[in-house]
Amino acid sequence: MVFTLAMHELRSMFLSPLAWVVLAVITALNAYFFLLYVDLYLQLQPRLAAAANGPGITDIVVAPLFSTAATVLLLVTPLLTMRLISEERRNQTLSLLMSAPISMSEIILGKFLGVFSFVLIMLAFVALMPLSLLAGGSLDIGLWASGLLGLILLLASFCSIGLYISTLTNQPTVAAIGTFGVLLLLWIINLAGLTGSGGGEVLSYLSLLSHYQPLLRGVFSSTDVFYYLLLTGSCLALSIRRLDADRLQH
Amino acid sequence: MNKDNTNSATPHSSTLINVEQLTRYYDGEKSSDVSNGQRKAAVDNISFEVRRGEVLGFLGPNGAGKSTTMRMITGNLAPSHGRIFINGIDILDHPKRAKAHIGFLPEQPPVYRELSVDEYLQFCARINRIPRHKQATAVETAKQRCGLTDVNRRLIGNLSKGYQQRVGIAQAIIHLPAVVVLDEPTVGLDPIQIREIRHLIRDLSQDHGIILSTHILSEVQATCDRVQIINQGRLILNDSIDGLTRHMQTSRLLLRTTNAANIEILRRIDGVEAVNVLAEGGCLIQHYPETNPAPAIAQATVEHQWQLLELSPQRRSLEDIFVDITTNEPPGETHAEAHSAGAHKETPQKNPNNTINTNNTTQGVNI
Repeated sequence: MVFTLAMHELRSMFLSPLAWVVLAVITALNAYFFLLYVDLYLQLQPRLAAAANGPGITDIVVAPLFSTAATVLLLVTPLLTMRLISEERRNQTLSLLMSAPISMSEIILGKFLGVFSFVLIMLAFVALMPLSLLAGGSLDIGLWASGLLGLILLLASFCSIGLYISTLTNQPTVAAIGTFGVLLLLWIINLAGLTGSGGGEVLSYLSLLSHYQPLLRGVFSSTDVFYYLLLTGSCLALSIRRLDADRLQH
Repeated sequence: MNKDNTNSATPHSSTLINVEQLTRYYDGEKSSDVSNGQRKAAVDNISFEVRRGEVLGFLGPNGAGKSTTMRMITGNLAPSHGRIFINGIDILDHPKRAKAHIGFLPEQPPVYRELSVDEYLQFCARINRIPRHKQATAVETAKQRCGLTDVNRRLIGNLSKGYQQRVGIAQAIIHLPAVVVLDEPTVGLDPIQIREIRHLIRDLSQDHGIILSTHILSEVQATCDRVQIINQGRLILNDSIDGLTRHMQTSRLLLRTTNAANIEILRRIDGVEAVNVLAEGGCLIQHYPETNPAPAIAQATVEHQWQLLELSPQRRSLEDIFVDITTNEPPGETHAEAHSAGAHKETPQKNPNNTINTNNTTQGVNI
């Protein structure tokens, strides 16, 4: 059932021009960044060859590419998640799902998986770009995989936050702005930690970015993975509760 | 799964919907007003049953609580109190199992405008857990029953309101649920489509239990077996169409004569309950339903030379009953009056049928 709902969600995304436009623009932007980093590497290559233990092509191309891709996707995810629940509410189609023999958890998981699989399609393009370098050289596949894992986990938490905010309102644009605000705040909250004042460490720990960077450097820590899984799981649980609350007396 | 439970919930095996003391307060009322003892309820203590093969019409003015009741029955809203059994399954305890027996068309058809009719119905078949190999047949049958066969591949967003409504109905019946709940199914349809939908509803009622709500009184007469009128969240009439027809054949006679009739003489005629002189001339004679004093009145008219102009039974339309019940009735007095026949008799002409319930007969008879 979850799979049926996810497929439906994915299909209806591709029925609107939004998905295609997002896919095209994001891929074009990422491709531009990719070329920029490749160019940078070509400029640096003579010096790198001279250094004994310098960074390789993976450090110079893949990590920055995934890093900028995360920033770009942070701007786009709110647009993808905004309509998940709020538009169904607005068009009053939610009662179709509510009166069908489906539980609230199935609805939320289906919606989440639908939008997440769209995001995975976008990520596939980003991930394939550096792999094209294999044609003319070698890559540190471990570092690439670690970065990709980080990106996938990061996007899962983006989607779940967006989904939760979409359950709070029946106006897609409000959901989009709300999601954007929350994501950006969580992204840069570690800046407070930089000033060194009290509580800085906690805030820095909460930041989405500070758990992503180690993975980009190839440092796989289960703490970071659990951070994202926990964030995603809690947002999904909150969404289920919020959707269920629609039925209840307030 | 639990046989005893199922049996205890359904006194008759043919009872498809059993609603017990359903109440829902308006949002925000529960906590704030509880101290006053005066909570405003959108739906107040409603109980009823729908059996297989029955079409129940839900009538009421706007904001009476029709849609709220229907949304509760279909699991879209949770009741504040009360229980709902669908086909013997408590919808609050086992929502998924109960919902498998429900098809619901809300006020606004819940259609995805960007899908084609085929795609949409296929999706509905899937989410209603129709086995994979039966889905195509189910979609085909639903389309045929709702007259959608020539719009298969059109986008729902491009269809007219009437067709969208039909898609909504097709969605509600695609999994052949035991209970079909239709909230104003004929809104936005042209007269021919309305007739087709009525036909479809009668057709469906053979093996389903149907609840439909409407403002249109003639629709109730045309399609329903039973009528419930709901006003300000209370159920104020629950009767079969036959019973309602009987209420409409009233126990009142209009007498108009050239010379003023003597009220005292009329009162003494056997079977006459009360006589009212009308401002525009003539008088309205209320009689007991089991007798017809018309011949005696005619004879008296001749004897006393009042010169008869008109003597006719007053037929009340469903509109009259509806308007009477929904406007004159301060909610809260219905039950009191139903049980005190004396109080009722003192003011018979004011509002003769406050609570009409043929099952619960103290006064349903003398309308």
